[in-house]
Amino acid sequence: MNLEQKEYSKLVEKHSGKSNVFVNCLRAFLVGGIICVIAQIYNDILPFSEEVSKVHTTVFMVFFGALFTALNVYDNIGKFAGAGSIVPITGFANSIVSPAMEFRSEGRIMGVGAQMFVVAGPVLVYGISSTVVVGLIYFLLTR
Amino acid sequence: MAQKVGNQTFVLDRKVYWREGVCIVGPKEKEGPLGKYFDQKEDEDFGEDTWEKAEARFVSATYAKLLAKSKINENMVDCIFAGDLLNQCIATGNGLKKTGRPYFGLYGACSTMAESLILASLLIDGGGANNAVCLTSSNFASAEKQFRFPMELGNQRAPDAQWTVTGAGACLLSSDNMGENCPVIVSVTPGKMVDYEVKDVNNMGAAMAPAAAFTIQAHLSDLNFSPDYYDMIVTGDLGITGKKLCREILKKNGLDIDLKDCGEMIFDPETQGTCAGGSGCACSAVVLNGYILRKLRENALNKVLFVATGALMSPISTKQGESIIGIAHAVSIQNM
Repeated sequence: MNLEQKEYSKLVEKHSGKSNVFVNCLRAFLVGGIICVIAQIYNDILPFSEEVSKVHTTVFMVFFGALFTALNVYDNIGKFAGAGSIVPITGFANSIVSPAMEFRSEGRIMGVGAQMFVVAGPVLVYGISSTVVVGLIYFLLTR
Repeated sequence: MAQKVGNQTFVLDRKVYWREGVCIVGPKEKEGPLGKYFDQKEDEDFGEDTWEKAEARFVSATYAKLLAKSKINENMVDCIFAGDLLNQCIATGNGLKKTGRPYFGLYGACSTMAESLILASLLIDGGGANNAVCLTSSNFASAEKQFRFPMELGNQRAPDAQWTVTGAGACLLSSDNMGENCPVIVSVTPGKMVDYEVKDVNNMGAAMAPAAAFTIQAHLSDLNFSPDYYDMIVTGDLGITGKKLCREILKKNGLDIDLKDCGEMIFDPETQGTCAGGSGCACSAVVLNGYILRKLRENALNKVLFVATGALMSPISTKQGESIIGIAHAVSIQNM
């Protein structure tokens, strides 16, 4: 029996399922949009200055992202919405709370403490690093 | 003593009886198309506070049920061949630690059921044991935790991804049928490892399909059988994508076989959101010891080639960019 590597790779390509990009984008747009609209409404009704409202809104959204994760709801929203619920800050809360819940069984130090950032860690490391790099370039250009 | 025939097949000399089989599954499996063939349903957490303990409970409960159903004293179990997906087979270890019987922990990923059947039947055939238990388990949540992401993370599943079956399946192989009409293990074909550079952990069916095709072809050619010899050739957990690939490889090599696949049969992807189908050590184990055993007993099937498939990889190997090794072992089970 023979099966060439190249031939098989082509076969795998042919038979592998394709994600429906259009439907996924539509769902992500809808759910992501709804999340942003909620944040915007909350932001607008706050009686504070713009600077203060922004921080309040962020805290509000992070809290509800964490709460809906704890209530076993956020993963179901994510199954439907994909990037729509991953990209907003509620998704960031979800990516920290979900491993914290998952690894609680390994204890507070090596479980929750060590594993909490297992998903969000790379975002933090490279997000913060890139802000430093971009900030530095900005500083040099505008000096 | 078993005789080696051809390249990699062993034909058993003594009759190794498949005395009894039991399976306990989770709620999703019970709701699936084969639900009525499974002996018992338990919640995914089995009332435990960790997923790993839950899987161990599935193991111990399945073992206890097997002993009760086959009406044998535990001391009559000469050895246990068992395994699961967790690191160092810890669910099996914790589930069986109180048995006090000789134990071999196996890791063949999702092919472990066939691996255990092969080793147990060869041992019985050689006269080394009279009764051996083969048992495998998996748990959706514990597997997700080890191999993928936390349960509550809001991500989407890839279209070719498979859903790890929650449950455990076990059987008792014996040199004595105790006067009952039992299916017999006639021959076994241990598989070789195959690597076709598949690196996508969301497409394990593609990694395993060539291994399954090679093992099926080897079994048929070693014994000089045509595919029609068997009423059913059933693979372990290639899933929908893997089964298509396996059929195509076989067809290219002149074998047009109407394959069945445990992973494809156990769930309904339309209503259960399971993408390409079931997987996990328990997938083929519960379908074999639930559905297939019943069909053999009812004589709806008389000759079955059971080909459990495994994807050999770890979270570390995939992060390091290693490809997934496929393996498949075949066991020929027949009514005599």
